[in-house]
Amino acid sequence: MTDLLHRRGWIKGVGASLTGLWLAACDRVNDNPKVQETLLRAEGLNRKLHRALIDRKALAKEFTPADISKDFKANGSISPGDEDYRAHLKEGFANYKLKIDGLVDHPMELTLAEIRALPARTQITRHDCVEGWSSIGKWTGARLGPLLDKVGLKGEARYLVFHCFDSLEETLDGSGQYYESIDLVDGYHPQTILAYQMNGATLPVAHGAPLRLRVERQLGYKHAKYISRIEVVSDFKDMGRGRGGYWEDRGYEWYAGI
Amino acid sequence: MPDPRPVTKVLTYRHTLVVRISHWLNVLAICLLLMSGLQIFNAHPALYWGQKATFAEPWLHMGAVNQGDTTIGVTKIGDLSLETTGLFGYSGKVGSQEPRGFPAWATIPSYRALVDGRHWHFFFAWLFVLNGVFYVVANLFNGHIKRDLLPTKDQLTRKHIWHEIIDHARLRFPKGEEARRYNVIQKFTYLAVIFGLLPLMILTGLTMSPAVNASQPWLVALFGGRQSARSLHFICANLIVLFVLVHVALVMVVGLFNSMRSMITGRYVLYVEGDAQ
Repeated sequence: MTDLLHRRGWIKGVGASLTGLWLAACDRVNDNPKVQETLLRAEGLNRKLHRALIDRKALAKEFTPADISKDFKANGSISPGDEDYRAHLKEGFANYKLKIDGLVDHPMELTLAEIRALPARTQITRHDCVEGWSSIGKWTGARLGPLLDKVGLKGEARYLVFHCFDSLEETLDGSGQYYESIDLVDGYHPQTILAYQMNGATLPVAHGAPLRLRVERQLGYKHAKYISRIEVVSDFKDMGRGRGGYWEDRGYEWYAGI
Repeated sequence: MPDPRPVTKVLTYRHTLVVRISHWLNVLAICLLLMSGLQIFNAHPALYWGQKATFAEPWLHMGAVNQGDTTIGVTKIGDLSLETTGLFGYSGKVGSQEPRGFPAWATIPSYRALVDGRHWHFFFAWLFVLNGVFYVVANLFNGHIKRDLLPTKDQLTRKHIWHEIIDHARLRFPKGEEARRYNVIQKFTYLAVIFGLLPLMILTGLTMSPAVNASQPWLVALFGGRQSARSLHFICANLIVLFVLVHVALVMVVGLFNSMRSMITGRYVLYVEGDAQ
């Protein structure tokens, strides 16, 4: 009996050591910058293949009111503590203005009332989180395409950067501030809207009040919440850590169609 | 008493270079796809049917539950609830246990990093798909699939199939001349994996892409929704693991050395009764 227990202990010890070695080896490979660089090559390949094969104007499926999730999950920031945001929230966004600037002919600052008066669209779509879950919601918002025409894009304009009120990570240099970027094809896509309503009611704080981007056909983290400013740029290399978004700066794919 | 019929050792050429290369590339790709897949699964260790998540009612869920001052891992499948501490839901070294779907030794990297899991997964998905295309195209052309994988008429009789099932159950495998070809259960299994399970894995994987959903709506309709596709992707991955376990076990039963040699050098030793031709 003791022999058996001894043996069992010994086997357990060997098992634990081998597991430890295995984990250390895997993690070492994973953490090697050259390995990471190689793995990231697939991202470019995926984007190019999608761009070559997929009709970029294809519409995301739209659902019926019966399909709407009653338990739509709110992720990332759900109640930003940032001072500016808190002040706007207190005033019911009465003094909120969406700033649109950068490579545009007519920089603008729009109140919520002005945004609500823009050509709008309502759509019931599925929101796919990078974590794996999906929820279906009804969104109403101003179509981004007509708004871009209104401000007039300059020739060098390539990307739209969405600056947000929320800092998802507390940092001293401001690199924890949420932001996102999309290209002009997605910017002009008919389902790309600045949503101010969700499921027929004013957009709740947890889902990005007063304005959130809906860029259907990409994963959830592209759908920037708490938008304060849209900046039109020719590239985003000098912003944040240069990868075009909060999560992108932390390694996630800029093209989030997968 | 000596055996009246002499047995001759015959060295045969069993696996072509194409088969050997694609086999080992697949070993690499599937291992890393599985480990990175489990890492991705761990970001939300629950599965649903249909288009959307029904958070309160997953059909499969792995999680940690507090019981007084201890925490246990619980895996729920439908109405069934199992304690799986140390394996699913709650695992890790003593003192640093944490809530997680699959344990550290099964994921790459061992620590929680969805971002790295995705990078590994999408890189090795390319190797897996290109390798699969290479395998199928080459073996359609050289006749391997038709010659070696499609069952012959004599193998398809009810009597023969029944006979093989009984033999398999007794772990008695064909020897001599009959071992020159794959048996019918082996053929069915390989065909089901190569033309069923593996393509299904790719298609359910593509169906989770919101961009592919918009451009190929028939795919998501085929699988009954994005969350269904995610569930099927998980189930197929489990079936592949099951296939690999049985495959490796049988390799050991019929002869590890001989099988490994044939998958590395191509040469396989048969013991044929009578004089070798």
